[in-house]
Amino acid sequence: MQVVQQIFENGSFMTNSVITAAAEKTPPSVARKVRGLSDRAIAWIFVAPTIFLLLAINIFPLIWTVRLSFTDYRANRLNREVEWVGLRNYERILTDDGIWMNMQATAHFLVWTIVFQVLIGFALAYLINKKFKGSALWTTIIVLPMMLSPAVVGNFWTFLYQPQIGLINYMVEFFTGIPASSFSMLGSVELAPWAIVIVDTWMWTPFVMLICLAGLRSIPDYIYEAAEIDRASKWRQFWTITIPMVLPFLMLAVLFRGIENFKMFDLVVQLTGGGPGSITELASINLKREAFEKWRTGYSSAYAVILFVTIFGLASIYVKALNKVKAR
Amino acid sequence: MSAHSITEPSSGTKWIAGILVVGYAVVTLIPLLWIVATGFKTPADAISYPPKVVFDPTLEGYVNLFTTRTRVTPEQLEALPPPEGFAEEIVRSYGMVIAGPSRFGERFMNSVIIGFGSTFLSIFLGTLAAYAFSRFKIPLKDDLLFFILSTRMMPPIAVAIPIFLMYRELGLSDTHLGMILLYTAVNISLAVWLLKGFIDEIPREYEEAALIDGYTRFQAFYKVVLPQAATGIASTAIFCLIFAWNEYAFAVLLTSGTAQTAPPFIPTIIGVGGQDWPAVAAGATLFLLPVLVFTVLLRKHLLRGITFGAVRK
Repeated sequence: MQVVQQIFENGSFMTNSVITAAAEKTPPSVARKVRGLSDRAIAWIFVAPTIFLLLAINIFPLIWTVRLSFTDYRANRLNREVEWVGLRNYERILTDDGIWMNMQATAHFLVWTIVFQVLIGFALAYLINKKFKGSALWTTIIVLPMMLSPAVVGNFWTFLYQPQIGLINYMVEFFTGIPASSFSMLGSVELAPWAIVIVDTWMWTPFVMLICLAGLRSIPDYIYEAAEIDRASKWRQFWTITIPMVLPFLMLAVLFRGIENFKMFDLVVQLTGGGPGSITELASINLKREAFEKWRTGYSSAYAVILFVTIFGLASIYVKALNKVKAR
Repeated sequence: MSAHSITEPSSGTKWIAGILVVGYAVVTLIPLLWIVATGFKTPADAISYPPKVVFDPTLEGYVNLFTTRTRVTPEQLEALPPPEGFAEEIVRSYGMVIAGPSRFGERFMNSVIIGFGSTFLSIFLGTLAAYAFSRFKIPLKDDLLFFILSTRMMPPIAVAIPIFLMYRELGLSDTHLGMILLYTAVNISLAVWLLKGFIDEIPREYEEAALIDGYTRFQAFYKVVLPQAATGIASTAIFCLIFAWNEYAFAVLLTSGTAQTAPPFIPTIIGVGGQDWPAVAAGATLFLLPVLVFTVLLRKHLLRGITFGAVRK
């Protein structure tokens, strides 16, 4: 966890904000007579409400989840006696084949969305950085899908994906000749995992693009000028200057997308609801079924704990790698 | 960069880059344009194959979005006084009459109330905390800041389990207040991190000067720092608003009636034999439009907002 913290502290390595540096260099408060409340009191008055709110609505529930995870509590049966079951919930989850299928579905979704978003996002950023006329306007247009409600947009994509009437199937038929009614993007076991990857890529490629663009713009021209004087080829400049300089930014983008897509719920639940069968049932969707449809509250609490331990664990390992790249 | 710099791309390169980017942008816009277009189609046009690009626009989708309708017999229809307004006319052409308003208006208002309520609260609390984190020595400051951020890493469904139980006990289930508090708790991490970044950029000298002039620390905060941070506060507010506006997981699990927001509602709009796509598209258009406007307004701070201030530029 601490490492994650570092990257955010060192976030300023990615900024060229001179003002921040200036602000930090100003000497700490000039000696003066205290009027009104002391700084110390103000600091606490200002921070306390936020901390209190987070304790009440984040930490207290979290502790409660951990507690419930050792019981067989069911939230829909209020009068039933609750029993402590020790680690049995955890044991059942970790040995459940179904859950490993969900994890595979999550991994498939995670890996492929990141691969496509990084490739397309970087390519777009690289092209936009050529600063053609109107590039700012087009950048804003490209960014639009990312800001929209995933549930509302995901729901509409089910319409675009309809086999008989959908726009996507029509376009596929138009360009490839494969009959539009012969395949169903969301209904087929082979295609559905890719259908959700496509929509997520459509939505979130701009995110990776924006971060890459910031990376590309942070490279000072004189480095390329020096390389040019040394007669380094464009190809060589790309691999020895552009890529290494953008890498920390790219990795940050991957971190954000990774965490978000590990938690993915709204978009995919609207698109496929986890189906067909449970082929696109990502971890969060599965968790929702266990907790709010089957009402296995104790069991799903253990599941929830396992999920965020996994997220924190993976994120920390990843950030360690990121910090290494940054330090180079 | 000067125009003669050797790193300036040639005009040929610029053309190719431009064409590729514009090509991508056009393709990426198609689903959005299709939403808007479908909102103005008749149900028959919406599901015709091949998909209709050119069609006679109608407001039927919008009428269906805002009303509930009942079928009446032709005799009853004959007996009615002539239709008032275009909505009644459209509905009657299908042999139906308007029975009353639909739930959409209510759900949309819920989104507005919960969105603005939680944004106001997040910004209010977030600005105070961010100022304190930016200017004062606070024990365990880094740990607290990280704690605030880490709350954002949990899957909403995982958090929703205990929140559901807690709200049931406290009677906060399906209430505006409950949703406002919940969205504030989720947004506060973003608000504190972004606002701390913005306040860090305001030189301390301004406040120091004010303090020497006899302002109290509190006066210095709201008379000197707040006006300087106005742009940052405004863009942070928009980010919080967009999050609350788009949120689905908590909304679908914790609200069902009184406090349900638009995202869980829009996908449930059904007509005869399945989803009423023009009405769904009309609802989606109205719901997405404010976010599109805000995105354009925000474009300069977009990067900062989506990375929690980690990338500023």
